[in-house]
Amino acid sequence: MRVGLWEAFGLIVRRELCLSFRRPDQLSQPLVFFLIVTTLFPLGLNLQLSLLRDMAPGVLWVAALLSSLLSLEALFKSDADDGTLEQLALSGQGLNVIVVAKTFAHWLVTGGALVLVSPVVGTALGIPVGAFATMMLSLGLGTLTLSWLGAIGAGLTVGLKRGNVLLSLIVLPLAMPLLIFGAAATDRAISGVSPAGALYFLAALCVFTCTLAPFAATVALRITLE
Amino acid sequence: MDTAAAGLEVERVHVWRGDRHVLKGVSLQLGSGELLHISGPNGTGKTTLMRVVCGLLRPEQGTVAWRGQSIAQVPEQYQAALAYASHEPALKGDLTALENLRFAVGLKRRVTAAELTAALERTGVAACADLPARVLSAGQRRRVAMARVLAMSASLWLLDEPFTNLDAAGALLMSGLLQAHVEGGGSALVVAHHDLEMACAIRRLELNG
Repeated sequence: MRVGLWEAFGLIVRRELCLSFRRPDQLSQPLVFFLIVTTLFPLGLNLQLSLLRDMAPGVLWVAALLSSLLSLEALFKSDADDGTLEQLALSGQGLNVIVVAKTFAHWLVTGGALVLVSPVVGTALGIPVGAFATMMLSLGLGTLTLSWLGAIGAGLTVGLKRGNVLLSLIVLPLAMPLLIFGAAATDRAISGVSPAGALYFLAALCVFTCTLAPFAATVALRITLE
Repeated sequence: MDTAAAGLEVERVHVWRGDRHVLKGVSLQLGSGELLHISGPNGTGKTTLMRVVCGLLRPEQGTVAWRGQSIAQVPEQYQAALAYASHEPALKGDLTALENLRFAVGLKRRVTAAELTAALERTGVAACADLPARVLSAGQRRRVAMARVLAMSASLWLLDEPFTNLDAAGALLMSGLLQAHVEGGGSALVVAHHDLEMACAIRRLELNG
């Protein structure tokens, strides 16, 4: 009996989560990187709290982008290296379902986890508690968008030996709007101004990439599979 | 038997890799109950042919058809009917043998744990079901990969070097499984360097580059 679309989606997400939790070191590396980079700023710059608050959104977002990038290369690479990607591609489910499920699971363990630890970083950077909700929401939207952009890059670079640098070069320019609107939303929330405009922009970018990036990533992956 | 409607038909397939003309107009037919052994020296495109037949690689010229329809038109139906084992075992080292099977076979058809265990038993690795694949030996991994092919209950088997890393008993077991599959009405395309010794009829295709 054939397996339905959602069933297949659920199975792949479970597979990815299972694999991630079997390798806690790889799971925690981007998070630890995020925590360390953001704590280095207040330690290294010896800033006053008001100055630190001004810099906080930018620091937070740059660190979030870089730490998300760290894990993106592995999105398809480990499956491509051991041959399981071919098995997935021939599973009768269509490569797009596999790409969507893998990217979503990847976001859960990287972006989702980053959102959860962001209040710790926010406290270290002097962001007021009142701005946490906006910060977390903007990071959630931003990292999800980034995972999609990264899926395209990861699909294109999966066949390369050291594709990480190229992946960053492909993804980071595309991620600039995220940095601008994400940092703006957090900044506005800190200053007590409504962050709605920047959040809407982030949400629009997120919807845009969620809709179109799966197609691009699937094509990229299909080309590299050949 | 009308093989065009019954099974796999590869017509004059050409593949270039850069400047290298790897497959030069290869054609083959495979109906149900048939086993085709593809042999040939290294670098003559055996694996490339296998990837073309799977649909992983699109040939520059020529067609691959399954039951009379091009596989590009009915990829999902075709993939549901095939089980492919590449020359790598394609197992996740961090997952157990049983989990590897569950996630791979579960995408193809609804399958119970008992069926998967039965497949592992048939290939003689039921004792390794709960061990992570990374601790298994190369031969055991090959047997788990073969259990995956069995559990998929596909009618078309595409096996690339299935005898690699198997001991004498394993090779005998593999031949037995292939024979049972073919006698049960399935079809199999096998890439192997050495001769296959089986009681059933084997058709041969030699690639010479």
